[in-house]
Amino acid sequence: MKEIILVKNGELALKGLNRSSFEDILIKNLKRRLRPFGEFEYKKSQSTIMIIPVGSCDMDSASDAVSKVFGIAAYTRSAAVEKDMGAILEKAPEYLKEILENADTFKVNAKRSDKAFPFKSPEISSELGGRLLERFNHLSVDVHNPDVTVTVEIRDEYAFIHADQIKGAGGMPVGTGGKAALLISGGIDSPVAGYMMAKRGISLTAVHFASPPFTSVQAEEKVHSLLRQVAKYSGHIHLITVGFTEIQQEIRKKCPEPLFTLIMRRFMMRIADRLAREDNCAALITGESVGQVASQTIYALGCTDAVTTLPVFRPLIGLDKDEIISVSRKIETFDISIQPFEDCCTVFTPRHPRTRPTLKMLEDAETALDVDPLIEAAVKNIKITEIEA
Amino acid sequence: MTAYFDNSATTMPCEAAVEAAKKACLKNWGNPSSLHFKGLEAKKLIDLARKNAASLLCCEEREICFSPSGTSANNTAVFGAVNEKNKALNKIVTTAVEHPSVSKCMDFLEEKGFEVIRLKPDSDGFISLNDLENAIDERTALVSVMAVNNEVGSILPFEELKKIVRRKKSKALVHIDAVQAFGKIPVKASYADLITASAHKIHSLKGAGLLYVSKNVRIKPYLLGGGQENAVFSGTENVPSIAAFGAAIEEAKDVSAHLEYASSLNKYLRQRLSEFDFVCFNSPENALPYILNISVSGIPSQVTVNALSNLGVCISAGSACSKGHRSETLVSMGLDSKRIDSAVRISLSRYSTKEEIDLLCDSLEKITDSLK
Repeated sequence: MKEIILVKNGELALKGLNRSSFEDILIKNLKRRLRPFGEFEYKKSQSTIMIIPVGSCDMDSASDAVSKVFGIAAYTRSAAVEKDMGAILEKAPEYLKEILENADTFKVNAKRSDKAFPFKSPEISSELGGRLLERFNHLSVDVHNPDVTVTVEIRDEYAFIHADQIKGAGGMPVGTGGKAALLISGGIDSPVAGYMMAKRGISLTAVHFASPPFTSVQAEEKVHSLLRQVAKYSGHIHLITVGFTEIQQEIRKKCPEPLFTLIMRRFMMRIADRLAREDNCAALITGESVGQVASQTIYALGCTDAVTTLPVFRPLIGLDKDEIISVSRKIETFDISIQPFEDCCTVFTPRHPRTRPTLKMLEDAETALDVDPLIEAAVKNIKITEIEA
Repeated sequence: MTAYFDNSATTMPCEAAVEAAKKACLKNWGNPSSLHFKGLEAKKLIDLARKNAASLLCCEEREICFSPSGTSANNTAVFGAVNEKNKALNKIVTTAVEHPSVSKCMDFLEEKGFEVIRLKPDSDGFISLNDLENAIDERTALVSVMAVNNEVGSILPFEELKKIVRRKKSKALVHIDAVQAFGKIPVKASYADLITASAHKIHSLKGAGLLYVSKNVRIKPYLLGGGQENAVFSGTENVPSIAAFGAAIEEAKDVSAHLEYASSLNKYLRQRLSEFDFVCFNSPENALPYILNISVSGIPSQVTVNALSNLGVCISAGSACSKGHRSETLVSMGLDSKRIDSAVRISLSRYSTKEEIDLLCDSLEKITDSLK
């Protein structure tokens, strides 16, 4: 008997003629994510992907990784046995022993997609149900609300036996939605924003602004660990770290203090726009949420948007902080985010930031700066890090 | 060239310490509690370290208990010296500037119902003898005061504690946290009932500390087990670290010569820094010469640390402070918030050199131009 992982596609099944290429991307993502846990073979059939271990594999880690891959509605570990009634009756009690010993009620659900199999679905159910009742005499059958549903699927090569399916990460396979650049600071919000867009099939490039010595090496390492965590869902992330010290110092020297943060944000957007285009990204992603801080009022957001022509996605825009935190806990970025290292957004924070800026105000203030040369210098002063989960 | 000025955090292990640890790892790696020859070899190494420690503190060897760290020794001293059930002795006198390994124990005991008096230092970081005298009474179970403050280097009146307790006819035990003082200024067993020291602050390895426990007192251990180290620190001894500790103590024993050297370096450092109008001194003149706390006007502590680190110079932020937490010591000394937020600590060792100080000062001048 072999144990495999059965993966049910989510929304994928709806995608008409694109379906096959979406499935191919999902399989590619699965391959990359499962590589550390052994060698697997992947087979598609009827909105199901079979992940079959070749030789010895770490099935616990593999199934944990599968739980984080987008584009999967549900998955389950399953026994693959010979398509023979005797084999099914023998292997099922053995494979499901632990689950059934901890349950009170069960039912058997048989699916026969291979119609050549000599037993019909109801016959399989009643045969196996009888065998399980014999073997586990504390169990009783409940067809409406069972603790465990034992499923037997008769497919082309094997009969699969498994207990209930586990809900997958949902969403769309990363890469099916194109690529976008995530502005990441090191706080709680931006990793969540990246996760949410990746869930809709977007693959991520990340842009981080570092202002040494105002920001420390630890702050950059914190961003790496945050992205490694996000990469468990999004897959590989191309990180561009931009040296931002000179720009911040120029702003501090030459611009009015209440506008420091906003002018800084506008520079970040301009630089991200440039780097995103060079990396074939079709949009920018930020972790902003309306009204969370002074630079995130709708007036302020309007002013930051004015410097880029790429669409700016802000998946957290309508969420409260506690809602954002609950996602960050779920994806396990919260504890990393709250490590106390300064990021460049907290350097030179104005005492009384402007909350209702106008575009004119900012454009006037920026005339004191050599905007283009500063940006040219910044996009050259970059460091690339490839992040894997 | 690089310069290391974070010796209050940890020090470079001296060669003798490393050699001793190496021998304990490669040759005498037995369990010192074992009865065979392999165990005996390891026990001999610990005995030798104990002898050196006792000689520096002027006490008997059996009064030295090796601990896994300074923190575990401080915790054991504070928790072991008091008894919740004895309502007649439910007061503790300490200071507002103790290391967290003491102050957090105090917070815990306060929640348990002890009255904790935390004496505040004056603007120089000193605790007044009068305040101590007034705070200690017949209800006091423990007086716990650090010998040298880890942030500014002020030397507290640790030599006087025992005398005051006697004068006030108090039954209080006296504990000195001597982590920053041991091996740097004379610390004598006669000053206290309990004294804490840490190995890696005096050019030895991490993983060992000690608690001097006067033979006249008995404390309640909070680590229960095999009864090692007079049952004060159960758990198999970290032989390599303890052997290294012994060797490092031997190397440090010429305390006054090293102190004189540190004083000359400190004087040079102060002289060079006083040329900069952006530097002000937070350490008092008569602080331990190994520690100098300064504020660099207009630059947050962490930024100075990062910028100097990029130039190969290691110092530390005012105290290992985290965001939003101001140094208790500097606040207690009444410094304004701007000065506290720009405070950094320069800590010397007997291996520090004038050249390193020059590198520090030149680098400081360089970075302040661009960062202010």
